[in-house]
Amino acid sequence: MADDAVRCDACPVLCYIKPGRTGSCDRYGNHEGKLVRLDPHVVLDRAMKRGESVVPFLERARDWDGSLIHQSEVSHGETFVTAIGAGTTYPDYKPAPFIISSQVEGVDMVTVVTEGIFSYCGVKVKIDTDRHLGAECSAVRAEGEVVGHVTTSEYGSQMLSLGGVRHLTGGSRHEGTATCDALLNLCNGKAVELKIDDGANVVVQAGKPPIVDGAQEERMRVGCGSATIGMFAKQWFGKVDDVVVVDDHITGVLSEHQAGKLLGVPETGIKLKGRRSTPGRYFQVAEPGTSWGGTDLEDPLTILGKFSAKKAWPGLRLLMVSTTGEHYGYFELDEGLKPREKELPADLRESVARIKENCEPALCTVLFMGGAGGSLRAGVTENPVKLTHSVRDALTRVTCGGAPVYVWPGGGITFMADVTRMPQNAFGYVPTPALVAPIEFTLRLADYAALGGYMEHVRPLSSISAENESRRRVTAREDNPWPLDSETKLDSKTKKKR
Amino acid sequence: MKQRAQIRMLPDRRRMHLHDGPIDLIVEAFGEPREVEAAYRAASARFVTVLDELCSELSFLRRACSTGSAWPRGAIARRMIAAVMPYAAECFVTPMAAVAGAVAEEILAAMVSAAKLARAYVNDGGDIALHLGKGEMFVVGMVERPDRPSLLGTTTVRSTDPVRGIATSGWRGRSFSLGIADAVTVLADRAAAADVAATIIANAVDLPGHPAIIRVPACELAPDNDLGNRPVTQAVGEFRQQEVNQALEAGARTAERLLRIGLIRSAALSLQGVTQVVGALGESRMIATPIQERRLVHA
Repeated sequence: MADDAVRCDACPVLCYIKPGRTGSCDRYGNHEGKLVRLDPHVVLDRAMKRGESVVPFLERARDWDGSLIHQSEVSHGETFVTAIGAGTTYPDYKPAPFIISSQVEGVDMVTVVTEGIFSYCGVKVKIDTDRHLGAECSAVRAEGEVVGHVTTSEYGSQMLSLGGVRHLTGGSRHEGTATCDALLNLCNGKAVELKIDDGANVVVQAGKPPIVDGAQEERMRVGCGSATIGMFAKQWFGKVDDVVVVDDHITGVLSEHQAGKLLGVPETGIKLKGRRSTPGRYFQVAEPGTSWGGTDLEDPLTILGKFSAKKAWPGLRLLMVSTTGEHYGYFELDEGLKPREKELPADLRESVARIKENCEPALCTVLFMGGAGGSLRAGVTENPVKLTHSVRDALTRVTCGGAPVYVWPGGGITFMADVTRMPQNAFGYVPTPALVAPIEFTLRLADYAALGGYMEHVRPLSSISAENESRRRVTAREDNPWPLDSETKLDSKTKKKR
Repeated sequence: MKQRAQIRMLPDRRRMHLHDGPIDLIVEAFGEPREVEAAYRAASARFVTVLDELCSELSFLRRACSTGSAWPRGAIARRMIAAVMPYAAECFVTPMAAVAGAVAEEILAAMVSAAKLARAYVNDGGDIALHLGKGEMFVVGMVERPDRPSLLGTTTVRSTDPVRGIATSGWRGRSFSLGIADAVTVLADRAAAADVAATIIANAVDLPGHPAIIRVPACELAPDNDLGNRPVTQAVGEFRQQEVNQALEAGARTAERLLRIGLIRSAALSLQGVTQVVGALGESRMIATPIQERRLVHA
C-alpha cells in the first residue's frame, strides 16, 4: 500500500496504522507517518548558563512557537534525548527506538536511547544513621514480602540491598509485585516503608531523611566514637577529666585514647565493658539499637565498670556523649567513686553543641543498579559484545535518563546511578515483573559505525524536533555532566585502544 | 527472555489487570484468599499466551464466517467461531466480533477450574464473563456513552439466572460499528455470545441513508480491519424523536429475533438518551432515562 500508513511492531497484532489513527490498543499511533508511543518522551534541555535563573520549561516552550527543539541549540549539542518513554521494540533484535546523531563541536555524536526492561536490577539504599536497623543479612520487607536484605554497613550509614532477580521473579507472584512496587517507588523518588525482620521500621525516600520507627533521623554521626575523641579532645582538655563517646561501632575514652595521652590527660581509673581494640577504643560496649550512638543503651552508665580506687578520685568529672551529640550526660564521682549525674556545665554544653553542628544531615540515598542484557545491547549494535568493549574502553558513555552512571568493571554492562539525578518519574515497570529504566549510549558516529551500529537508523536530532506534544522537555541538572560534552566525556583520545 | 504481557494488581489490591497488545482485562475473584490467589495465578498463566495464539490465526479470524468454515486450532478461536456461527448464514460477521467475549470466557474458565470461587468476573473492555456460585449475585452497571461515563442503570444477575455473559457495543466504543447505537448492552448465557449479539444488534440500530450520519469505509481508517470496505459510523448528528424511535425499533426487531431463538436473554438499546429494553433484564433499574422516554417492548 503506497500510503503513509505504518506497521506497528509493538506487539504481534502488527496493526497497519493510518496517519492520525491509533492501533487496536490505542497506545501506539501514527503521527505524520511515524509510529509513536503515546506516553510522553523526555528531552533533556541543557540549562542555559546565560541568565541567573532557569525559565520553567513550559513557559519557554510557548515562546518557541511550538517547535520543541530550538535549532541553534541543536547545532551546539544543547539538547539530549533521554530514553525515558522512548519505548522498547518487539522483538528484541530490532534497532533501539531512537538512534540520534548530533553535532558537538564539529564531531558527530550518536546517542542510542532505549528503555531497558531490567529483570536483573535493584537498588542499593544508604541510610545515614547509626541506629541499628537490623542485623546484617536480615530480610527487608515491603507490604509483608521480602524485597531485599540488610547488607554491610558503611561509615555512619546502614545499607540495604533491595530487589534483584530472586525477589522479582524467583519468588511468589506477590513477592515479585511487592518488590517491583518498592523499587519503582524508590527509583521515582517516592517514600517507601520498609520493615526489617527483628529490626526497625524505616521509611526511605531518596534525598530525604530516614524515618526510623516513626522518628525522623536528623543527622548522621560526626565520626565513630574514637574519631570523635580525636576531633574534640583539645576542646575538652581541662574542662572535664574524662569523656566517653558512646558508639555502637567504636566507643572512645579520652583518658586512654592516643589523643588524650598526647595532651597529657591523666588516667582516671575508668573501666569500660566491651572488647578493647586499641587503647581508648572499645567494640561492642552494648547491643545495637536505636538509642545512644546506635546502641540499645538507655542508661550509659551500664557500660562502665567500677572506677579503680587506686586511680579515680571523688569529684572526678565525666562526660558521656553520643556520636551525634543527641544523647549526653554529665557525671561527678561521689565519695564512694560512684558517678552521680549533674547538670552539664556551660563550657561542655558548647562542645556537645559542636558535635551536633559537625554532623551532616542524615539522608537516604538510592542508587539504581542494573545490568544491560544481551537483547538490549542488540538494539544498539548487531554485534552486542562490541558495545560492552566500547563502554569498557570509554569510547561509549552510558547515561541513565541523562544522569551519569558508574559502570562496574568486569563482564557485561552493570551500572549504578543516583536516582535523584534523573528527571522525575524516569522509571516504569512491566509486570513480568521487572523495572523499565532509561539507558542511553553516547559515542562518536565513526565509533558507532565501527562497532556495527544500525547506521541506516541514525536520525539527526532535528528529526525529532517536529511539533510533538508527546515530547516532554526538561531542564538538565546543572550538577550532572552533560552527556555530550567532550571534556567530561569519554576522553577518547587518551583511552582509545586502537 | 522478555515477557510482553503485563500483569499487575490494581491499587485496590483486589482486582488484577492483565494487559497485552490490544487486550486489557480486569479480573476479580471472590472467595478464600488462597483460592483467589490460585485463580489469579491460573488467569496469569493462561493469559501470557493468549495474544500469540490469536495472532497465529489472525488472518483466518478476520475472514467472514460461513456455515462451512473450517475450525481453528486455538481454544479461544474456537469459542469465537462457535459464537458467530449462528449468524453466519444470514449476515456478514467475522469471528473477531466475539474476540473480547471469548478471551474473557477463556480466562474465567482457567480461574474456575483452578480454584473454588464464590464468584468471579473477567471484564474485557466491557465484555464480561461471570462466574456465580450457588446463591451468589452480581450487580452490573450499564454505561451508555463511554466518552461520558455515567450510570444508565443497573441490573442484578443471580446464580439462578442463566446469564453468565454481558457485552456492550456501540459506535462510540473502541471497535467499529456499522450502526448508530450509542450502546447496546446484551445479557446472554456466555460472554462470547453476548459480544457478537451486541455487535449485531448495534449494527441494526440504524437509519440507512440518513444525511446526519457520517460513515467511512473501515479499510480507510484501519487497513487491516476485518470489516474491509464496509462503511463504519464515525459521527452522528442530532435526530428527531421519531427517527430515534425508528432506529431503535430496527435494532429491537433484531434483538427480539435473537431472544426468540435463545441467543440472548435480554438487551438494552440506547440512542440519544432513549433506551429500549428487550427481554427481561432481571432486576434492573434504569437510572438516567426519564420513564416517559422509555418504551418497554417486553417487560
